[in-house]
Amino acid sequence: MSAKLMIDRSHGQHLFREMLRIRRFEAKCMELYQAQTIRGFLHLYDGQEAVAVGIMQALDERDAVVATYRDHGHAIARGLGMGPIMAEMYGKLEGCSRGRGGSMHLFDRASRFLGGNAIVGGGLPLAVGTAMADQQLHPGAATVCFFGEGAAGEGEFHESMNLAALWKLPVLFVCENNLYAMGVPLEVAEADTEIIHKAKGYNMPGEQVDGMNPVAVEVAARRAVESIRAGNGPWFLECRTYRFRAHSMFDAQQYRTKEEVAHWKERDPIVRMQAWLLEAHLMTPAELDEIEAAVDTEVAAAVAFAEAGTWESVDELERFVTMDEVPS
Amino acid sequence: MNEQAPDRMTYREACRQAIRDALIRDPRCFVMGEDVGLYGGCYAVTKGLLEEFGPERIRDTPLAESVITGAGIGAAIGGLRPVVEIMTCNFSLLALDQIVNNAATIAHMSGGQFAVPLVIRMATGGGRQLAAQHSHSLEGWYAHIPGITVLAPGTIEDARLMLAAALADPNPVLIFEHVVLYNAEGELDPAITSVDIRKARIRREGRDLTILTYGGSLPKALAAAGELAAAGIEAEIVDLRVLRPLDNETIYASVGRTRRCVIVDEGWRSGSLSAELAARLAEDLFFELDAPIRRVCTREVPIPYAAHMEDAALPQVADIVEAARGLVRPE
Repeated sequence: MSAKLMIDRSHGQHLFREMLRIRRFEAKCMELYQAQTIRGFLHLYDGQEAVAVGIMQALDERDAVVATYRDHGHAIARGLGMGPIMAEMYGKLEGCSRGRGGSMHLFDRASRFLGGNAIVGGGLPLAVGTAMADQQLHPGAATVCFFGEGAAGEGEFHESMNLAALWKLPVLFVCENNLYAMGVPLEVAEADTEIIHKAKGYNMPGEQVDGMNPVAVEVAARRAVESIRAGNGPWFLECRTYRFRAHSMFDAQQYRTKEEVAHWKERDPIVRMQAWLLEAHLMTPAELDEIEAAVDTEVAAAVAFAEAGTWESVDELERFVTMDEVPS
Repeated sequence: MNEQAPDRMTYREACRQAIRDALIRDPRCFVMGEDVGLYGGCYAVTKGLLEEFGPERIRDTPLAESVITGAGIGAAIGGLRPVVEIMTCNFSLLALDQIVNNAATIAHMSGGQFAVPLVIRMATGGGRQLAAQHSHSLEGWYAHIPGITVLAPGTIEDARLMLAAALADPNPVLIFEHVVLYNAEGELDPAITSVDIRKARIRREGRDLTILTYGGSLPKALAAAGELAAAGIEAEIVDLRVLRPLDNETIYASVGRTRRCVIVDEGWRSGSLSAELAARLAEDLFFELDAPIRRVCTREVPIPYAAHMEDAALPQVADIVEAARGLVRPE
């Protein structure tokens, strides 16, 4: 695993643990979904964990995050508790969005997590706006905006990139290029399959990174955020990644071969990180067992939290359609 | 007792003063839109503001309605108080995703963690021979959406004072300014410094029937009431002002009193705000009505360019008079 970043024992294990937390949390979600305990759409992030985890290393509490409908990984990596996220999947009052958002709309004011957005490209203009506000009110703060490569086909992508570059707004655009927009392969959807080229079209610095490697993502994110904090305007990262599972739960994946999926699974960011940490003696087998046990305990606690949660009274149905005041 | 003489101004000037006031009062407030700065606004509403407030607060944007609106939403969440101008409501369709899927939903979808204190101003309506892509009245569509407030200032006073109330509201507020009203002149009582954006207003009292209307149709309804009065029919004019949420109380009180109702709406009849109003009256006030509800709406065509055709498409004073007479003095 190549890295210009100094990876010590604790940081290496941290990256591994964060990715594993997402993976195990989602494995439980899948199980609960099959048992019909949680419903709606469920878009799993597995395969892409290195992106969310790598990016979040470069952020602190002043920054904002705009996510997509595949947002469990973003939310967990950003520090939302697994309990409130799981309760949200259940639709319980204790959910991070009070059970009104579900899997695709995780929100958390405390961590400036501005929600999963279920409209492809819909989050980009929003990120431009929070960056406008930060530029004026909180100089140095950055907004990170995640989106898939499918968003590059939307007008909002181009409008947002242009305005952010024009006004030198503090936004980090993170394209998670997992090669498929639902079932549409990259080469069927894009005239130029190098998404990174689009940054040049807006006079925006950017780079393409290995999205299966959290260290590579972190290195790139740190460089980007440093530049953004210095007031140099937006930055674009294209993270080449892959989702191991289907787009959603009703997807037979007829658009890709088993061989292709198997090929990418060889690059599984968690498996490779684990092997590398063990090999480099940055993690002992005993520590690995401890991490796995702790993650499993955390996931079980999240399920227990969600199970013990309450159903909001239907009397509250129309609450928050409009607000009585702006929350501070 | 206020000794100040009333201020005489145009509706356009009232809109401009409202924006200027907001910019002076709150440093978080800024204006963003196409041609709002150097050009001075397509309808000259923001003329002169760039010189006074500078490019940080009067922001000329690219022609990109979706990001202008979406950035307004993000900026509002981030702590600013944006006033977004969309040149005409026809163009707002390019921003529909941001208005409907983000502005209107974020408060509820986040369980009340975030509010979107955003104001979007847009021009609406026909009557200036601008043809089908600049003349439509789409405010009724927006009034369909929970989570947003929809305002239609039909008077100088509302043009002058609704913006401050909209900015004080923690929710996204859409203000539809009718293009034909911009040149209208009127007097503003300096003693009145605020308006309630939850209430409809009775603009003329009358015993024989109620005319429900708003925005650009308000002057036409008032003119119609003058003609009807000459014929001995006293029409009460209710200016809806707020298209969402509708002020049932004022509307029902008036119609309950006069027992007859004509609805004048520049939207197309099918699936319109007038349809919603008629349905509410039928549901809640049926037994108090002495006559069927009548609607005067835009003919179901894209608005044509030719003046005589445009006139024929839009609700006119004569149409309102005819509808009212049909209710009060059936042949």
